[in-house]
Amino acid sequence: MDKKENGGFMAYLKGDGLQKIIAVGCLVVLYIFFSIFGNHFLTTDTLVSILDSSYYIGFLAIGMTFVVITGGIDLSCGTVMVGSALIGGVAYNVWHVPVALSIIIVLISAILFGLCSGLLVGKLGLPPFIATLGMQFISLGICSVIAKVQTQTWPSLTSEDGWFKRVIYKNNGFPVGAVWLVIFFVIGWILLNKTILGRYTYAMGSNEEAVELSGIKTSNWKVIVYVVNGFFVGLAGIIYAATYSTITPQTGGGQEMYAIAACVIGGTSLAGGIGTLSGTILGVFVISVLKTGLLSMGLPVQWQQVLIGVVVLLAVLVDVIRANKSRKT
Amino acid sequence: MGENGKNMVLEMRDIDKTFPGVHALDHCSFDLLEGEIHALIGENGAGKSTLVKIMTGIHSDYTGEYRLFGKAVHFKTIKEAQENGISIVHQELNMMNDLTVAQNIFIGRESKGFFCNDREINKKTEKLIADFDIGVKATDLIKNLTVGKCQMVEIARAMSYDATKVLILDEPTAALSEAEAEDLFEKMEQLRAHGVSIIFISHRLEEIKRVADRVTVMRDGQYIDTLNAKTCDVQDIVRLMVGREVIEEPKAKSNVAPDAPVVLEAKNLNAPKVKDVSFVLRQGEILGFAGLVGAGRTETMRLIYGADPMDSGEVLVKGKAITVHHSMDAIANGIGYLSEDRKRFGLVLGLPITDNTVLSSYDNPELHNGIFVNEKRCEEISVEYAGKLKTKTPSVRQLVKNLSGGNQQKVVIAKWLLRDCDVLIFDEPTRGIDIGARAEIYALMDSLVKEGKSIIMVSSDMTEVLKMSDRIVVMCEGHKTGELDIAEATQDKIMTLATKYIGE
Repeated sequence: MDKKENGGFMAYLKGDGLQKIIAVGCLVVLYIFFSIFGNHFLTTDTLVSILDSSYYIGFLAIGMTFVVITGGIDLSCGTVMVGSALIGGVAYNVWHVPVALSIIIVLISAILFGLCSGLLVGKLGLPPFIATLGMQFISLGICSVIAKVQTQTWPSLTSEDGWFKRVIYKNNGFPVGAVWLVIFFVIGWILLNKTILGRYTYAMGSNEEAVELSGIKTSNWKVIVYVVNGFFVGLAGIIYAATYSTITPQTGGGQEMYAIAACVIGGTSLAGGIGTLSGTILGVFVISVLKTGLLSMGLPVQWQQVLIGVVVLLAVLVDVIRANKSRKT
Repeated sequence: MGENGKNMVLEMRDIDKTFPGVHALDHCSFDLLEGEIHALIGENGAGKSTLVKIMTGIHSDYTGEYRLFGKAVHFKTIKEAQENGISIVHQELNMMNDLTVAQNIFIGRESKGFFCNDREINKKTEKLIADFDIGVKATDLIKNLTVGKCQMVEIARAMSYDATKVLILDEPTAALSEAEAEDLFEKMEQLRAHGVSIIFISHRLEEIKRVADRVTVMRDGQYIDTLNAKTCDVQDIVRLMVGREVIEEPKAKSNVAPDAPVVLEAKNLNAPKVKDVSFVLRQGEILGFAGLVGAGRTETMRLIYGADPMDSGEVLVKGKAITVHHSMDAIANGIGYLSEDRKRFGLVLGLPITDNTVLSSYDNPELHNGIFVNEKRCEEISVEYAGKLKTKTPSVRQLVKNLSGGNQQKVVIAKWLLRDCDVLIFDEPTRGIDIGARAEIYALMDSLVKEGKSIIMVSSDMTEVLKMSDRIVVMCEGHKTGELDIAEATQDKIMTLATKYIGE
């Protein structure tokens, strides 16, 4: 989707460019603000911790972008992420599976949950909101049952299997996770922009009936989109395990809202058909900077939530005002 | 071999199709010759759409014989039909608005593998655009194109299948202006010259006379007759369609005295797409607004109705200036607006006739006791209006989405009559309404003005404008380019005014 190709910068602004520019502006303003008012904000350590807190939301948000562009939503990704990390932990601790295989189990669990959501939405025609709301509870419950409601601990950095933290999360202070995020961002971008999967993702969100009438089985493609989402949720689960090590059953709910917020801040339309991964990543960093910055100002965690809410509303408000304006001219 | 030694391309015999509760096609037949434009006509519900959906593999559950190029076929999917040379352009344009022209045309055929080759499809699309002379770019987003252009893109898409030998156009002109329709007819001739056979579904008889070779009439799911379109009489087609005579003669002279009291006056209205428009509406008058699609007629009406803000100008009701900031203000002054898009702006489809009828009248003391809705009175009133307007429905509890277009329009009219509106603005009153119901809407409009109501009728259908109006305002590109009394109005005069500013 090359926007620059026709119409230059003003057309880009009138298109979905404006919202992205506002997201960048927002990011810059926040960064400057926290540099002035935060304690030790302008340090490499802080930058690294901003990156650290962006990993799992980043992966969730990439998957979410696919789903939201089809006009759907995934309310289960938070609990599936934590749930699959929990199952991986059970595999490692209880079944004594090697850590490398446990990671694969995390990925497979999340993909299976994605497949379930996909079948519910694509094949049975449930509204995505309902299907994934159901999956949120189901994943929360099933994963806790499998873990026998025991907290699962992934190997610590110093233990024999600690290498996985270095490969996935951080190596001598170097944010390896950021490298993975970049790699999978690029893979996601190619999927969304250069493959027929991506084309159908946009097309289904734009006018599903038209796609169906073009001789394309949308039910199948929807399942695939939810599986792709499940894959990214699995990656989020892996990096979540590597970052936090201790996985508590019955948690994870609420993380999906950060992913949805990141999409929306980045200009993805919940009505479907419109959205970019670059926008989503910007949204992810806006949230990370807010989280880290407010912490450096010594403000309680609750203020993060207030401000993230404000940013989400502002981002959509800008879009609504722009849409109203372009309708009138 | 068919008539005149031409090859028979498509042949359907004894096709029968039942939906739950409806016998959609009753042993229906149809045939199509090579290089022919064959019109298919019938009232809504006559079974045309079902028939073409069987041809194109959308419905695969039917009985009967279907032959394409002499070979018996039974398509199960749209794709299968397309691969065998039969493509359709649906009436409701089925496009992906957020995608580009090229992406729309080649949806489902991006590449053989997993990756899309946008450069290649853009190149192919540019060639198609040049062949069809559409005047868009392959990378234009569909949402930025006019309806006419979208239609052309859809046709280009249908023809982009190399196999396509049969093209079905389902009411292609319904949303087009006359100029765009002309353009479309040229394209159809072009395609025919290349040996493509076209099935052309339309409600507009003069179009059929103009472009079609033969015309097949359907009624109630049955094949009625096939006539030679060039030699047959329009009245014959109409009679076959509805089973009775319908007269579509222009009105000879105005029914309104030139000095009848003015009920509505617009003075120098200005808005982005409205340029200094002034006009008066007299009591008991039907004032036609003619022009091409996009001439600013609907936009003008939306100003009067308070749906859009005006930059400058004045609206007077019975000589008194009123301020319209919101549709509420217009309604309070007795102005009702019947949108061209009933389903989107006129009705709540999922609610019954009763709720729709009283929707804007709940503040009427008759209809509520305190905060409670007086359901009984609402129902009585709805029954009364349904009877008065001859709305065909088993009960007023019927959901509006289950009514035909003509009956839906009557529910909208009932809504505004109940609201005591003296000025009714009809925007494309008969779009998507079949001929029989159309006559009823016309009769209704005539009886409304006889009762002293006044009507503004925006219409792109020239026959309709000439048949209904007492006076005609013509607009072009936001300007009012002329005003004609019905006695002096002709299609030519209107067309001249409607194209006055183009090219300046």
